[in-house]
Amino acid sequence: MFASLAAWHRRAWAMDGRFAVALLFLPPALFLFTLFVALPMGEAAWYSFYNWNGYGTPETFVGLKNYELLLQNRPFRIALVNNLLIIAVSLLIQLPLALAMAVLLADRIRGAVVFRMIFFVPFVLAEIAAGLIWRFVYDGDYGLVAKTASALGFEPPYLLADRELAMYAILVVVVWKYFGFHMMLYIASLQQIDPNLYEAARIDGATGRQIFTQVTLPLLGPTIRLSVFFAVLGSIQLFDLIMPLTKGGPSDSTQTLVTYLYSYGVTRMRIGFGSAVGVILFTICVVFAFGYSRIRTRYD
Amino acid sequence: MTDGARYDTAVTMSPLLRYAILLLVAGLVLVPLVATVLGGFKSLGELRVNPFGLPAQWEWGNYWSIVSGARYWQLLWNSLIVATLTVALTLIASAMAAFVFAHVRFFGSTFLLRYLLIGLMFPAAAAILPLFIKVRDLGLLDTYWAVVLPQVAFGLAMSILLFRNFFRQIPAELLDAALIDGCGYIRFFRYVTLPLSRPIIATVGVIVFVHSWNNYLLPLVVLNRDSIYPWPLGIMAYQGEYSTDWQLVLAFVTLTILPAVVMFVTAQKYLVAGLTAGAVKG
Repeated sequence: MFASLAAWHRRAWAMDGRFAVALLFLPPALFLFTLFVALPMGEAAWYSFYNWNGYGTPETFVGLKNYELLLQNRPFRIALVNNLLIIAVSLLIQLPLALAMAVLLADRIRGAVVFRMIFFVPFVLAEIAAGLIWRFVYDGDYGLVAKTASALGFEPPYLLADRELAMYAILVVVVWKYFGFHMMLYIASLQQIDPNLYEAARIDGATGRQIFTQVTLPLLGPTIRLSVFFAVLGSIQLFDLIMPLTKGGPSDSTQTLVTYLYSYGVTRMRIGFGSAVGVILFTICVVFAFGYSRIRTRYD
Repeated sequence: MTDGARYDTAVTMSPLLRYAILLLVAGLVLVPLVATVLGGFKSLGELRVNPFGLPAQWEWGNYWSIVSGARYWQLLWNSLIVATLTVALTLIASAMAAFVFAHVRFFGSTFLLRYLLIGLMFPAAAAILPLFIKVRDLGLLDTYWAVVLPQVAFGLAMSILLFRNFFRQIPAELLDAALIDGCGYIRFFRYVTLPLSRPIIATVGVIVFVHSWNNYLLPLVVLNRDSIYPWPLGIMAYQGEYSTDWQLVLAFVTLTILPAVVMFVTAQKYLVAGLTAGAVKG
């Protein structure tokens, strides 16, 4: 009797403790998140229906006008195409390069650690610093590319001032900057693979190519999907790297969604119009994240 | 079985070819970096004719003029304050929340966790204009808090997820025993959970620190005063002022990436683990 009463007492006390800890520990995170993440995103959706310069309260309701303007706007379409191009290059050039380097470096060969570190360094650098470094590399008067071109007998190109070439120049920097990160993911995953599997495959007479496509690649599946996820999400958000290189120019040829949002929304204080871009960015990210988690639950 | 075959993955490739490829890629990765560091030691005239090689004459003056001035140190100081405050607040708020989500079940807890994890799905850029309005209306423009508080808020989702996954590995029996002995949740958090969580605290701390240290868009939008610029804003301003003096810009770039490189080399293990830890997302 007494024992059960005591137990009941303890449980009730624990219940109190439970609520106390929830009431004490959750509010800081909930408050900050609501104030600076959830509310602003909701407000972006609201502002996007107004024409507003940020002063007073938004009063000029324009309905879907901002979205209509956007879809007709040439720089915005360039930005969307550029984002797709960045995604394509990330998936078709950057990830295979990362995988190749990972395969070469996952074994315990001499110098592997040093090579891994070297390849990872660009990822550690801030985008702004990496962008400035490459602005120098591409500089038509002092840069490495110009010098190399003139040594080979070509006219030194001003890559970043060229509407046709600037975007390709940026894509090179993207690959340079991020392949090391994906390589690290792949190396970690490759090292989990049981070497006995390779041995067994070899004993069964599999060729190197067969082993790679039949053993290595399937076992890397989850990691590859994850790295595709990071690559796409990162490509959609690309901004910091472009600012020191071209700021979206020349003539909007290197805009991305976020540089567009910055140059047409933020610098001109068109809160409604810029918020519409933000809502589109949000939608793309959320749709992609949901699609990814769907695919992941199906395969992994 | 030779030792070489033991660790062989899928590649059956001659070592010569393997090293040739690795050296080629390493060269492409390093050339821009090395040229930047060396470029800071050249005069502008020499940079024009010799951007690749070692300087004919080492111009220490470029670096010295930056290191001896107040500007460089002010930028690093601002970045350090912002990053430190961001890390401290993120760790406190997210560890506390994650503790509740890991150990306390109550009506609505799943809903609240899902609500917070929405933050994983979109970047701050999507809400940057309303964020600017909010920060302005709170009277925080041109203060460190204008950068710190939104950074903390946007870092919460990932930090809570990482902390919660870690806390859940602490055996439930430990908590039950402690509760029966009359130790409350809060004391358990303070004296059991936190001391056991050093690795995850380090990981989350590194991720949040690096993000804050490198962040550009948010400070660009909410800060207008040179004196509180973090270094990415400061270096862009510097480049704007000295755009034709590449030797100075290169020296400045080298000096600003120096802290990151030093940190990387000394804390390599934590950093690689931390920066690829987003991998446990979801």
